[in-house]
Amino acid sequence: MSRSSRPKSLARRRWQLFRANRRGFISLCIFVLLFGLSLGAELLSNDTPLLIHYQGEWYTPLWNEYPETVFGGDFDTEADYRDPYILEKLQAAGNRVFFPPNPHSYNSITLTLDRPVPSPPTRENWLGTDDRGRDVLARLLYGFRLSVLFGLSLTTIGTLIGILAGAIQGYFGGKTDLFVQRFIEIWGSMPELYLLIIFASIFKPSVALLLVLLSLFGWMGLSDYVRAEFLKGRNMEYVKAARALGVGNLTIMYRHLLPNGMTPVITFLPFRMSGAILALTSLDFLGLGVPPSTPSLGELLAQGKANIDAWWLSLSTFVVLVGTLILLIFIGEALREAFDPRKQ
Amino acid sequence: MLVRIRNLVKEFDITGGWLDQFRFSGGRIEREKTIVRAVNGVSIDIPEGRTVSVVGESGCGKSTLARTVMRLYPPEAGEVYYREQRIDNLSSKELKPFRTRMQMVFQDPYASLNPRMTLGKILREPVHFHQPKLAKGEVRDRVAAVMEQVGIDPDWQSRYPHELSGGQRQRISIARALTVEPEFIVADEPIAALDVSIQAQILNLMMDLQEEHKLTYLFISHDLSVVEHISNQVAVMYLGCLCELATAEELFSGPRHPYTQALLSAIPRLGKRAGHERLSGDVPSPISLPPGCVFHTRCRHARERCRREIPVLSEVEGGSRVACHGVEEGRI
Repeated sequence: MSRSSRPKSLARRRWQLFRANRRGFISLCIFVLLFGLSLGAELLSNDTPLLIHYQGEWYTPLWNEYPETVFGGDFDTEADYRDPYILEKLQAAGNRVFFPPNPHSYNSITLTLDRPVPSPPTRENWLGTDDRGRDVLARLLYGFRLSVLFGLSLTTIGTLIGILAGAIQGYFGGKTDLFVQRFIEIWGSMPELYLLIIFASIFKPSVALLLVLLSLFGWMGLSDYVRAEFLKGRNMEYVKAARALGVGNLTIMYRHLLPNGMTPVITFLPFRMSGAILALTSLDFLGLGVPPSTPSLGELLAQGKANIDAWWLSLSTFVVLVGTLILLIFIGEALREAFDPRKQ
Repeated sequence: MLVRIRNLVKEFDITGGWLDQFRFSGGRIEREKTIVRAVNGVSIDIPEGRTVSVVGESGCGKSTLARTVMRLYPPEAGEVYYREQRIDNLSSKELKPFRTRMQMVFQDPYASLNPRMTLGKILREPVHFHQPKLAKGEVRDRVAAVMEQVGIDPDWQSRYPHELSGGQRQRISIARALTVEPEFIVADEPIAALDVSIQAQILNLMMDLQEEHKLTYLFISHDLSVVEHISNQVAVMYLGCLCELATAEELFSGPRHPYTQALLSAIPRLGKRAGHERLSGDVPSPISLPPGCVFHTRCRHARERCRREIPVLSEVEGGSRVACHGVEEGRI
């Protein structure tokens, strides 16, 4: 053993292996960058100006509400910065207004279109508009953010439940294992899509409801893997050693078994996330997903299908969706290789 | 006596799934169980400051005995006393104070250390768990001192088990047992997985530590020469039963039980032509133990009584305790 070499934990070695996989690492960088940008979507694509210099004073309409009268309008209501009358005042000599790069929000309707909606890409709407005159680029940006956030939450919740169920099954084994396994079989044979349709007709559709419903069914595949890891791990001698010390079950599970049983959990994460994004998109496509006016990739795809000649709808959504899924799958493959015990 | 084991019985149900236990036969549902009798009424006394070894071939229940004494498995019957206090029926919470007094060293140094934890973390865990109030500095000092004692550089605390050799890992394994300052250590084949060159080091380490800390060992092994070297008393096990219990000198100079005789004759000796006694047949299955003396199927002294009656451990001249009808009757 060389004394000079710095000790490396398993996690650190795996991170190095992951970084060595250029495709996966670059995918991760791009994905994180895109997701980071989409988190600041309000600053990139919005119908409200970032900054206004009006008659010698500075205004920040993104963070404060100003009535129209401040900018020379007639009403006491909040200013509509896309209104040509207000816009003219704001752009008059001496005043300056700074819009985000794409001056549309996901639900702002472009009223100045000279063509019937959906209208093709123009200098005003870079990726055209949808069938209600809303900017496609803005909807894609916000839709991507919602998809990724939804995918992240669904993956997190599903993973947590899956770990919990699998850990209890694997650690206690015996009858606990038997009964939980039968429960999973029954639960897994429930028709998920029908339940979603039924619930969509009873409750007011919302992202939170969708998250809850999909989480109820999204944990089952994973619990099997965690169960297997715990079954294997609980007979290891270091677990016996901890037991001989009198350490409690929960601590053993958390400190000794979980860190050694995380491999399937982590390698599955990107794939589960792409699955979750795809599930949301499919439900939105069918009209069972998020409520109307929420920006969503599935809804855009459905519009693309309804307006088959409006290529900018389906093509741009297709590129975003496929790009996201490919990035996630590349990340997943690199992770799997980094965790492959035969590579170490 | 530090530890008294009385008629300890440990059985394992290996039927498998709960649903697999039910069988249809003759129009009725019957519940069947397959039970392995791993330990069958073993009684051993372990005096303070001594080493008691348990020997026997693989599968004879010696590791199960060790783990049952440590209460890693709950016993089916029998009693275990620690300083005359019965501990086999305590709940895991009531057992906690005893956990600092009795510790275990495992066979496989590659499996007994969590690969995700640094050595420091592995050694700090027992201290944190049993003495949560101890200040950080004191914990660090205790861990460093223990590492020093087992011959590992205390600067290695941030290293991971995979960076160590088998012998070094076993030293850490012993150090982990020592951090809680126990009196009694159950060593389950602690050197069986090591290189011969390392075995002696670990054995000497264990003997030095025994002297230093006044430790008592229950030493499980199948290596007879090691047992002869380290033990004060030796218990010979066959198929979950105790055959012979004697001091090391008695046992190695004059084994009484026919199984012990066969076992000892199998030790290779330098300069002597192999004249060892061969046993015929295989060890019977512990699922269906032979009636009477468990050894009668392979014993050349077996008689009718051996097939019917289970022999009890009784003292013979010289102080050994032997469970054999032949010895009792003076035939052997």
